[in-house]
Amino acid sequence: MKKLSLAKLYDFFAAVAKDEALYCPVNNETGKAEYKRWSEGVELSQQLNTLRSAKDFFFPQTENLMAFKMEGKKIDVIDTREECEDFVIFGVRACDAASFDILDRVYLTDPVDSYYKNRREHGTVITRACGKPAETCFCGTFGIDAADPKGDITVWDVEDGYVFRANTEKGEALMAKHAALFEETDDKAVKAEQEKLRAIMAKLPLAGLTTEGVGEGLTKELFDRPEWASLSEACLGCGTCTFVCPTCQCYDIRDFDTGHGIQRFRCWDSCMYSDFTKMAHGNSRNSQLERFRQRFMHKLVYFPDNNNGIFGCVGCGRCLSRCPISMNIVKVMKALAKGGNK
Amino acid sequence: MQAMMEKRALELLENGTVDRVLGWSAGEFPYDMTPAVFETAEELKNNFVYNDFCGANLSKYLVKESRKGGKILVFLKPCDTYSFNQLIAEHRVLRENVYVIGIECYGKADVDKLKAMGIEGITGIRTENGEYTVMTVYGDKTVKAYEAMADRCLSCKSKKHVVYDELIGEEGEVIEDCDRFDMVKKLEAMTPDERFAFWRNELSRCIRCNACRNVCPACTCEQCVFDNPNSGISQKAAVTSFEENMFHIIRAFHVAGRCTDCGECSRVCPQNIPLHLLNRKFIKDMNEFYGDYQAGEDPEKKPPLGTYTLGDREA
Amino acid sequence: MEETLIPYAGIVTKIIGQTPDVKTFRVEAPGGGKLFEHLPGQCAMLSVPGISEAMISITSSPTNKEFMEFSVKKCGCLTDWLHSMEEGQMITVRGPYGRHFPVDDELAGKNLVFVAGGIGLAPLRSVINYVRDNRDKYGRVDIIYGSRSKDDLVNYEEIVSEWMNTPDFHVHLTIDREQEGWDGHVGFVPNYIAELNLSAVNTCALVCGPPIMIKFSLPNLLNAGFDKTQIFTTMELRMKCGIGKCGRCNIGNKYVCKDGPVFRFDQLDELPDEY
Repeated sequence: MKKLSLAKLYDFFAAVAKDEALYCPVNNETGKAEYKRWSEGVELSQQLNTLRSAKDFFFPQTENLMAFKMEGKKIDVIDTREECEDFVIFGVRACDAASFDILDRVYLTDPVDSYYKNRREHGTVITRACGKPAETCFCGTFGIDAADPKGDITVWDVEDGYVFRANTEKGEALMAKHAALFEETDDKAVKAEQEKLRAIMAKLPLAGLTTEGVGEGLTKELFDRPEWASLSEACLGCGTCTFVCPTCQCYDIRDFDTGHGIQRFRCWDSCMYSDFTKMAHGNSRNSQLERFRQRFMHKLVYFPDNNNGIFGCVGCGRCLSRCPISMNIVKVMKALAKGGNK
Repeated sequence: MQAMMEKRALELLENGTVDRVLGWSAGEFPYDMTPAVFETAEELKNNFVYNDFCGANLSKYLVKESRKGGKILVFLKPCDTYSFNQLIAEHRVLRENVYVIGIECYGKADVDKLKAMGIEGITGIRTENGEYTVMTVYGDKTVKAYEAMADRCLSCKSKKHVVYDELIGEEGEVIEDCDRFDMVKKLEAMTPDERFAFWRNELSRCIRCNACRNVCPACTCEQCVFDNPNSGISQKAAVTSFEENMFHIIRAFHVAGRCTDCGECSRVCPQNIPLHLLNRKFIKDMNEFYGDYQAGEDPEKKPPLGTYTLGDREA
Repeated sequence: MEETLIPYAGIVTKIIGQTPDVKTFRVEAPGGGKLFEHLPGQCAMLSVPGISEAMISITSSPTNKEFMEFSVKKCGCLTDWLHSMEEGQMITVRGPYGRHFPVDDELAGKNLVFVAGGIGLAPLRSVINYVRDNRDKYGRVDIIYGSRSKDDLVNYEEIVSEWMNTPDFHVHLTIDREQEGWDGHVGFVPNYIAELNLSAVNTCALVCGPPIMIKFSLPNLLNAGFDKTQIFTTMELRMKCGIGKCGRCNIGNKYVCKDGPVFRFDQLDELPDEY
């Protein structure tokens, strides 16, 4: 493990930013944290997490996929892909870091999504152990340790600085490059910090939340449960939960006429939207109940079914704090678990 | 307040005046209540909650609920009654199927304001003497209630219920000097370039989640033009910042004259865009052009954009 | 690096009007030949850039080495556009996508019953012509095909001139209502199944058509002695990617684009009722 003194954090940022784009959470004009490109003078946010998740780095809300030149009867397909520049993200929390594993399972399985892979390969993720977890946190429910996040490098805030640990070759390389800024240290301060954090996590209101009643193989048991009606009753059918979610990965592909050709782009889509499954001659999910059920069944049953039991939620709590009507995955999990015991 | 509301709802449910009750259901925390329909006394006793964090305007749910058969009881805050009245004027809610209980309101709280003060890990909130004692895993903290008041409530236009079948609590007054146009005036005082920059920046945060539209009591079209694939609009795609901007501007135009200024759009925006300012600009303009008019105040009153008089201003 | 979302451009070399609202489009690579190989029942994403992209089943048999064909019913913005286009124009195609009918596994050596309604013949035609070109690998073939009227029977000429003249092929056409100039069977496909006294012994059934036809055909096939493990169908839901990532065509934990579109009925029973 290596230590960076408090005063040297921005020296490290500057050194990294000299060679590649560095992004970190920064408080925006509304007081909320969002990932921004770091440059001299930009201050790292000390908030627990960013309003939008870190998935944007690898799966942006909108991206161009290709272009077409149309001339008379002829169509030219233009491959507009470019090698992405190297970049570093600093300050990713354990939940968001775990969400990358979930996105990888979708986008890096055959046939690999080359757009996603390109960014994944060029991005280095520096995670940061949580300081003050909130009542909306429940990463522990899915086996995620907020005190020991994954990523290429893990950073812990300790009393007089930051302790870095490289976890991958990419992480090793980055730290080696800036070795002059670091000093050797043992893991004592980190252990103490982890102990403190784990004690807080255990006291949080959702610490006792389990995955009992949901998971792999439970489609038949859960699909027709009466609770879906009351759970989905107030849902507005907006896409807030989907768009702030670090693991929601559904997309739409659309064309845009630029006036001199066609751009084919991909954008986030939401299963909560009424037109998500609409076809010329019908819609397989006509009611909000069906669309609502799809979102939660996907995360809590279908995804585990197809991924060795791994859940499609990382417990970041964004949907808990952003849903306009305060409905969320925790309420769904509790209602399904409770109803099942009756 | 919660006890009085629950008691009255139980009475009306048990004596058959209403078949269902639209209120708020308890959440995981003291601040995350979900709008819910209660059909039995048991459900009410177990889950009904009302406190300062019950901010949602329930009137839009009545578009569907008033058509489900039977009578439904709804609790409406003063500002919500304007939305309700407007929906009646637009024939979107069946009045005869709704029993309105107006509830007094001294402003709702916004948990984000507590969080902005660095209060995290909330496990409980006690309300006493205009103060919230917030219990957290990091210790207790006491704040003045007005410090946590939702922004829209700080410029409340009316504490008066414009429609109800009965009231719980005190009836209030229309607040003439509510300062709700202050920010609009500031925007008007800017140069066009400054104003353009202001909105470009605010709207640049939009993620096209459609929460503002879906929550808006004035947005009750069966199908929104922005959901019509044949409209040529890229819809949820944040494809060009131009289109996001237009989405909000077109929406503001569409609800102009019908928007009651309930503030739900800004309350639900996950990106904290002050969308209500667009609507307020229209309200202010209409007041100045055609005389004071408050949508929802009186469903019988002719809306200025729906009537023509020879004296109408041209632009 | 390969990217399946990036399509090939292909030339529509021939457009064959089949019915008032169905046309068959023959597509070849710009240098001639097929854009890619496929297996019977697989689909491809067809697109006219600027209009949209849609999943269409490949109706030609893989044994056809010169071109691919797609039969398209006019029912949305892309299909409207395709119906208005001329020969020689290009479109884009990507694929093949999805699971095919198990022509070399479960279906090999079996008698086959094809049940189709309207445009539902399109995916089955690929199998039927594959079977014709590998005639010795399969037993008796029964084709029950119905449409609203004679004019709505897709591939009518091929059915009469080719299929009806293939050894041990038994073609049973039907239309919904009496029509002048039609002396064949009149009635709905499910009822016709019951009338035909089909044998289920060593036989597999392949069903494709409107949902209502599938719904009422299934019990009649079961009555005829078929087990659900002997009946296959092919599904259609809204798709954008074709590779199980965009997240909209799932039924429970299965994606129609990747785990289907071909499903065996006993497999469909395992899925929630959301299609």
